[in-house]
Amino acid sequence: MDEIIRVLFEYLGKVQGFIYPNEIELHWSILIVLYPFITGLVAGAFILASLERVFNVKEVKPTYRLALLTALAFLLIAPMPLNIHLGHPERALEILFTPHLSSAMAIFGFVYIWYLMVVLVVEIWLDYRKDIVILAQSEKGIKKYIYQAMALWSYNISPEALELDDKIGKFVTIIGVPSAFLLHGYVGFIFGSIKANPWWSSPLMPVIFIFSAMVSGIALVMLIYMIVSWLRKVVIDMNCLDTIGRYLLYAFIIDFSLETLDLIHRFYESNEAFGALAMLMSGKLHISLLIVQIALGTLVPITLLSIIQLIKVKPEIRKPMYFSAGMLTLIGIFAMRWNVVIGGQLFSKSFRGFTTYKLELIGKEGLMTAAALIILPVIILAVLIYLFPPFAKETGE
Amino acid sequence: MKYNRKEFLKIAGKFVLIGGFAKILKANKLFAAVAGKPVNKEYDIKSNLWGYGIDISKCIGCGRCVDACKKENNVPKEPFFFRTWVERYGILENGEVKVDSPNGGLNGFTDKYKDEKLVKKYFVPKICNHCEHPPCVQVCPVGATYTTPDGVTLVDRKYCIGCRYCIQACPYGARYLHPKLHVADKCSLCYHRITKGLLPACVEVCPVKARIVGNLKDPNSEIKKFLNANDIQVLKPHLGTKPKIYYKGMDKEIF
Repeated sequence: MDEIIRVLFEYLGKVQGFIYPNEIELHWSILIVLYPFITGLVAGAFILASLERVFNVKEVKPTYRLALLTALAFLLIAPMPLNIHLGHPERALEILFTPHLSSAMAIFGFVYIWYLMVVLVVEIWLDYRKDIVILAQSEKGIKKYIYQAMALWSYNISPEALELDDKIGKFVTIIGVPSAFLLHGYVGFIFGSIKANPWWSSPLMPVIFIFSAMVSGIALVMLIYMIVSWLRKVVIDMNCLDTIGRYLLYAFIIDFSLETLDLIHRFYESNEAFGALAMLMSGKLHISLLIVQIALGTLVPITLLSIIQLIKVKPEIRKPMYFSAGMLTLIGIFAMRWNVVIGGQLFSKSFRGFTTYKLELIGKEGLMTAAALIILPVIILAVLIYLFPPFAKETGE
Repeated sequence: MKYNRKEFLKIAGKFVLIGGFAKILKANKLFAAVAGKPVNKEYDIKSNLWGYGIDISKCIGCGRCVDACKKENNVPKEPFFFRTWVERYGILENGEVKVDSPNGGLNGFTDKYKDEKLVKKYFVPKICNHCEHPPCVQVCPVGATYTTPDGVTLVDRKYCIGCRYCIQACPYGARYLHPKLHVADKCSLCYHRITKGLLPACVEVCPVKARIVGNLKDPNSEIKKFLNANDIQVLKPHLGTKPKIYYKGMDKEIF
């Protein structure tokens, strides 16, 4: 308790203008920034995977399994920042057992479980079933038993059985696309439905969240594909990379248009909160919104991706361009989540002043915890890649 | 009958035990209220609907209400946690508006506005608005915050998971996270008092009767008379929350 009081006294000295006395504490910290960021990566990665499966974009096939595993790795971690943030984490399961159905947050548990268990796990299992069965029969020792359990002790991999797997898998993916939209659109609704907060309250919020999710997820899988290829010392399929880059550009243009529309709408309407929001954008969010999110995280990657579309660029130059665009995109989308979550709490609901937020290095909601929560899914992904090699199909190993 | 000392002590001990148990039972009346049984048997929850009036022209900004509330409800003493607070507004000649609420007004407003050109000045007490359509209740993922049948919004401390969604959803800044209990906390309209026929602490101590409370279902109640006799406004009416905290003499600068 002393720690929070110490921080609050520090904040008190930095309050600008008038805020309600209870508003000095900023309630949703960096952990709640991570939550939409991570869920967005999941939804985006899944949508990239479904490009191949549902929309028949064969060029992105080398990333299909990688995208699914990425989605799973990040989805497993997605509820963690939320639970750590709770005042009473031991009561977290009440959200599932005794949900209050009018609450957008209460539904998250169900959307999450639906997406994790029904969509992602089933789809990955069906896709890997043949590999698992082969491994269960060829591996030795404890690994053999693990793979046998994963195969659910059913080893039928006749062409008919595999065809059925494929059919069901396709059906699951078709359900998966709207589910991915639901997962992240719903996260947007958690913020967009708060009428008390004019920075959040917007019907565009869920749509913006969906498209920004696609942007971040596609960028992430693109980067992972490049990095994994370098680590494995295999040639990057430029046709695949170009296609991913193209879809990234499309998603980005829609996302940026929506966000611009939202901003224009706010400027034109200029409602009671506009004065405070304009000060927020030009003041406290100046660097994270205008410079990091819009300039570096949106305009630069869109320009890089567009150049590749407009003029012929050599593959040796295209690769670093894609890599830079991907990295900047992730930074930009993270900044976008930051600006929504933290930005939405910096101004007073009296619209007369601002509080402040200082990211601590250590502590429950510090930078180290956040960094650990970002690194954890990468480790899980490495384990998943080890257990379920996603490259078997195309390299014929 | 003759008792030796040992037998006497045995019987006396039993009496003490029974007496003590009865006392514990009495103390547990509050628990009984939580369990759905009325604290006061004469209190009829269905015939009550609580409303609260604030007369801005009367408030002198002494801050006694803030102090009384903190003491009555064990609100943490630090200047970041308030179930009620008082804001001071000063309108300058050029139309500029100055607002402050140092320590929620608990220590009063001893310092004067340095600016001489003040044309208008008033104090505005604030509490939870006990809305008819409370956004905090709507968003609570586990139903830990709820509205009682007699119109008071409360928090179940044993159920709240501390997600703070309700704090985000409240347009009035009426909620905070209790730094020790890690649950959401806010004005309960002194529910433990009003259901016993007592006044909320803030109303009780107000020296100028700027705060009144009463039953909206009773046409002869003080609050009903207050509503009927005056021009009344509520905070942020455009949000559709329908507050049951009614202000008399509210200036346009008050949000």
